[in-house]
Amino acid sequence: MADHSSTYEPKSATAKWWDERLPIMRLLSDQMITFPTPKNINYLWTFGGILTVFLLLQLVTGIILAMHYQPSAAEAFNSVDNIMRNVNYGWLIRNMHAVGASMFFIAVYIHIFRGLYYGSYKAPREILWILGMLIFLAMMAAGFMGYALVWGQMSFWGVTVITNLFSSLDGIIPGLGTAIVEWLWGGYSVSGTTLNRFFSLHYLVPFVIVGLVVLHIWALHMTGQNNPTGVEPKTEADTVPMHPYATSKDLFAMFAFFLMFAWFVFFLPDYLGHPDNYNPANPLVTPPHIVPEWYFLPFYAILRAIPDKLGGVIMMFGAIAVLFFIPWLDRSRIRSARYRPIYKWFFWLLVISCLALGYLGAMPAEEPYITWARIFTAYYFAHFLIVMPIVGVLEKPKPLPASISDAVEGGKSSSGASAHKKN
Amino acid sequence: MSKQAIAIFAALLGLIGCLTVLKSSDAYAAGGEAIHIERHPWSFAGFFGQYDKPQLRRGWQVYQDVCASCHGLKRLSFRNLAEPGGPEFPVESVKALAKNWDNKIFAGPNEDGEIVDEDGELLVRDPLLSDPILGPYANDNAARSANNGALPPDLSLITKARGIPTHAIWYKHVAIMARDIVNGYQEGGADYVYALLTGYKDAPEGVQLSEGMSYNVAFPGHQIAMAQPIPEGGAVEYQKNAGAKTSLHQNAEDVTAFLAWAADPSLDARKNLGWLVMLYLLITTVLLYLGKRVIWSRVKH
Repeated sequence: MADHSSTYEPKSATAKWWDERLPIMRLLSDQMITFPTPKNINYLWTFGGILTVFLLLQLVTGIILAMHYQPSAAEAFNSVDNIMRNVNYGWLIRNMHAVGASMFFIAVYIHIFRGLYYGSYKAPREILWILGMLIFLAMMAAGFMGYALVWGQMSFWGVTVITNLFSSLDGIIPGLGTAIVEWLWGGYSVSGTTLNRFFSLHYLVPFVIVGLVVLHIWALHMTGQNNPTGVEPKTEADTVPMHPYATSKDLFAMFAFFLMFAWFVFFLPDYLGHPDNYNPANPLVTPPHIVPEWYFLPFYAILRAIPDKLGGVIMMFGAIAVLFFIPWLDRSRIRSARYRPIYKWFFWLLVISCLALGYLGAMPAEEPYITWARIFTAYYFAHFLIVMPIVGVLEKPKPLPASISDAVEGGKSSSGASAHKKN
Repeated sequence: MSKQAIAIFAALLGLIGCLTVLKSSDAYAAGGEAIHIERHPWSFAGFFGQYDKPQLRRGWQVYQDVCASCHGLKRLSFRNLAEPGGPEFPVESVKALAKNWDNKIFAGPNEDGEIVDEDGELLVRDPLLSDPILGPYANDNAARSANNGALPPDLSLITKARGIPTHAIWYKHVAIMARDIVNGYQEGGADYVYALLTGYKDAPEGVQLSEGMSYNVAFPGHQIAMAQPIPEGGAVEYQKNAGAKTSLHQNAEDVTAFLAWAADPSLDARKNLGWLVMLYLLITTVLLYLGKRVIWSRVKH
């Protein structure tokens, strides 16, 4: 893919002058216009573009918010309220940023599950997948710290609960956990100092994400995109140039997604948040139910499913860590679950488990929720550690189409391709 | 595709079957019994909802005559009362209102560095349009001291800071969420405030109230330090042209609507702009789809 030879021809003297010094137009032309894209990729492949746009949107709105925000324990909550009431269109910028974070996570979860279903992590895309997971991790850090900045009750107590988790490391090396927690807090409790460093890091992490995204896209353009068949493009007939084909499809999907985004920004801006975060942070009053933002709920459910604090922490971080090893845990010879009659079922079981864990994470830590959280946690890990290695070896995949074109033509060997609706 | 869809559907149905055996009533057993709070048909709810100006004006009157004796509204300035999207009182009357507001603005230290006058009273001045709408207490300790240890919260964000939890088994929970997203419902806070104001009842048989506490069906734990603020017949006398007759329910609804505006003064502007944005996005999305179809009609895919 990346070795598709450059077709860029500078058309003017100026273009030629530039091309000999900084061939940026050549890069854009080769990677964003003529770049070959599998012609059968479906709408699930539009989320990469959507995510890029939301990253930029978060950066722009975030930079504007930072102009009005004051990262101090005394003024943080007031300054957010001031943005909502008195800054011109501050309510719009703030709603876009808060809702944008949620949309970012909706898009990234779809993006990740798409990769899981079609085996987009398998060779030669392991590095691409790992970079994606690093982005996911950085997003979680950014989301967590961003929520803290509001400095409402849920911000404060969310930070207290999550940072306190590290104290369980005392169980491994006495004193280690306490030292880490004090280091994170910058003191002996969650305070304005903690808020201030979270603000600094919340401003930094998105730029780290930008760097990771550049690498992610670079890696993508080395291997080319996977596609619903999981069969690599073989001839030029299997691909279309990125522009106008992928770009027109991406743009349509992006605007359809914007419709949902606008729905929340303008009509339900507080729906995805928690009412208690409109009470200013108060270290003396603990909320009855402390819940993180919705996109952390599955991991929160895993944390609480384990009766031991250290065990819970290990499982919660393990739930993310295991994702990094998927390229090697999956022993299947083929990529796409479309041609994997058994694994396909396990995939949907994983989806159900994650949704169920999300629901259970929002419920109080009591029966019967804890038992169900344990069942789904067990399946979550079993999926990656047992199902992926074993089913990959035992399963007899359906015959793969000879090529993408073959699958599109509806050749006899491409039974699964019927799932891909033609226009 | 259809075979796959049926299979997934069957799997989900099976899962629902398994989980239905769990009783939802157990859900909040540890957190006290579930309190049911009715949803109220607010003028500002949903996609087309906007504030009702006469109602906001009546609501301000209730706030001023009843709530303001204990609760501040410090995140609002007097000028907000004259701004578009709110009660829109004439500027001159808001100026007069501010000038006569009982809770003055601290004005010290003066040129001599004094913070009190000859009588030892704090130096204060009359509020201006740009000043916050303060409650009667100088600080939280003063408020607690005057209220038997209870703190009357500032009401600027009260309808955003409260909500009504959903007590339902998980599939109903999901259905309610879906319905609320489709209907644009996020008025749980207003529903709660209204239920609280109208929720004062005699304590049921066997319930022992602590001293100075009142029984309220909507309040978590049912024992609330605030005495019934609006009596059965209503607390304020509305003017003839106010658009409604006074009563407990009318006063409670009006002041709740006013507090909803106080917490979210940009709602009208937000929804008006929202429809334009949705319309723009919808048209653009359709055009982009048509363009995409034309472009992709060139290849079999």
